[in-house]
Amino acid sequence: MNLDILKILEKDARVEPDQIAVMTGLPVAQVKQEIAQAERERIILRYRTFVNWEKAGAEQVWALIEVRVAPQRGAGFDAIAERIYRFPEARSVYLVSGAYDLAVQVVGHTMKEVASFVSEKLASLDGVQGTTTHFLLKKYKEDGEIMEGTEDRSRLAIAP
Amino acid sequence: MATTPLARSPRQRSIVSRRVRSIAPSGIRKFFDLLASMDDVISLGVGEPDYATPWHIREAAIYSIEKGQTSYTSNYGLLELRQELARHIAGRYGVEYDPRAELLITVGVSEGLDLAMRAILDPGDEVVVPDPCYVSYSPCVTLAGGLVTSVSTCLGNDFKLRPDDLEDKISPRTKAVLLGYPSNPTGAVMSKEELAAIAEVAERHDFLVVSDEIYDRLVYDGEHTCFSSLPGMKERTIVLGGFSKAYAMTGWRIGYAAARAEIIEAMMKVHQYTLMCAPAMAQNAALEALRWGEEDVREMVEDYNRRRRVMVKGLNDLGLQTFEPKGAFYAFPSIASTGLSSEDFAERLLFEEKVAVVPGNTFGRCGEGHVRCCYATSLDQINEALSRMACFLSKLRS
Ligand SMILES: Cc1ncc(COP(=O)(O)O)c(C=O)c1O
Repeated sequence: MNLDILKILEKDARVEPDQIAVMTGLPVAQVKQEIAQAERERIILRYRTFVNWEKAGAEQVWALIEVRVAPQRGAGFDAIAERIYRFPEARSVYLVSGAYDLAVQVVGHTMKEVASFVSEKLASLDGVQGTTTHFLLKKYKEDGEIMEGTEDRSRLAIAP
Repeated sequence: MATTPLARSPRQRSIVSRRVRSIAPSGIRKFFDLLASMDDVISLGVGEPDYATPWHIREAAIYSIEKGQTSYTSNYGLLELRQELARHIAGRYGVEYDPRAELLITVGVSEGLDLAMRAILDPGDEVVVPDPCYVSYSPCVTLAGGLVTSVSTCLGNDFKLRPDDLEDKISPRTKAVLLGYPSNPTGAVMSKEELAAIAEVAERHDFLVVSDEIYDRLVYDGEHTCFSSLPGMKERTIVLGGFSKAYAMTGWRIGYAAARAEIIEAMMKVHQYTLMCAPAMAQNAALEALRWGEEDVREMVEDYNRRRRVMVKGLNDLGLQTFEPKGAFYAFPSIASTGLSSEDFAERLLFEEKVAVVPGNTFGRCGEGHVRCCYATSLDQINEALSRMACFLSKLRS
């Protein structure tokens, strides 16, 4: 798999295959074929738009949930992780090292909605021993993107 | 029109020195003023990275200020920085410089150029300078009392300096040749073998080589050859290196010179009386850049390379013959097919389609018939500029 193609698309999913071909110096046919293959093999999972919902005026409540679980015989953490990630409210689910086991990001419309999801759906799952919920107060940076305030990058428009 | 009293003085003296008057005003000034009065211009006329300095470098400088490192440093620059630099140059190019005597931290390559010329030139000494070249080369020679001998380079030879052409310009007064590869404005790079042929001429006629290697890290095909790494050349080369382009640090004003002790000593003499030392915070930032900036350089170069390909193909597709620039971040298309002069082309393109480029004659006579297009700008801007140029050209050709 050509990582160069993926790097370009990761930065901007709208770049067309013929442009990628010029950027990488590869034939267009190969670029198209590699992209198709990456999609097929789920190396490329999705093309999406990164929205600042807060700025758009939509109410969203995010929480980071620490989940302590008892690993199950034969399935380790995978079975319980699956029980959790199948909920669409769980926006990301990670197995982590340290004081707890699963780090879960949950999103909802209100605090109440998130809280009840945690208590009724997460905490009550078989194998979940405890949860700690951290509501997000402010997003400064997400996925490498600074949410507010950009740098003033003015350059001399003409320089020798 | 009223004349000032001084101009009417009996000796008809001008306030400005003859030497300064002899230097032509910069050709791009005009465009600068034009541009300032226009909106929605896409500028391919820039001459620096579109990145901000990587944060860890900025942060290191802030920390150094917080710690109170705000005093003069050694005239040569922080020893720690020179030591790191010596390691860096030895590691990359295999040339050993003594950090205590053979390296000088300067206020950018700009100062390095000035120092080099002032350190080596006596009145009437000649310096051979390839044409086209970076705009400061000739003035630096003139201001130091030297004479510029231009040697032509051309598209047919990918704007490389040919040893025979150089040799034709050698006189008994030739003190040095001033090289700048990778080149601003052409993007030309000279291979090790090609540089070795220049070294051979320098050896035979016994002159110095001042090598402006500010774009050394911005090479897209093959490896940069440091001139002093060629056999026997360390003794006769002044290498000027910088941080501006590789680490996106143009505003910091920091660079260095590397040469044998006798030359560095002479350059330091001028430097200590004119600049004292490079800014302490910039020196601390440069130290951080050398230690931890490798990944940044790699990423930026990767990105420039992608945009380079888009720009060069785009220009060629427009019917503007463009050789493949192998370094720096400029493309230098020929606009000869339009029948316009470089300046007319640049001016009309700016007025009609709001795209700014730098006319090639800014960089010397041999730059006429070309314009310089910088691709250190976002891909969207490059694509938009190319489509505006397509409009411009189709109107021109119809
Ligand atoms: C070829 C060349 N040399 C030197 C310089 C000046 O560099 P510095 O910022 O280190 O003074 C530039 C800047 O555009 C350049 O293009």
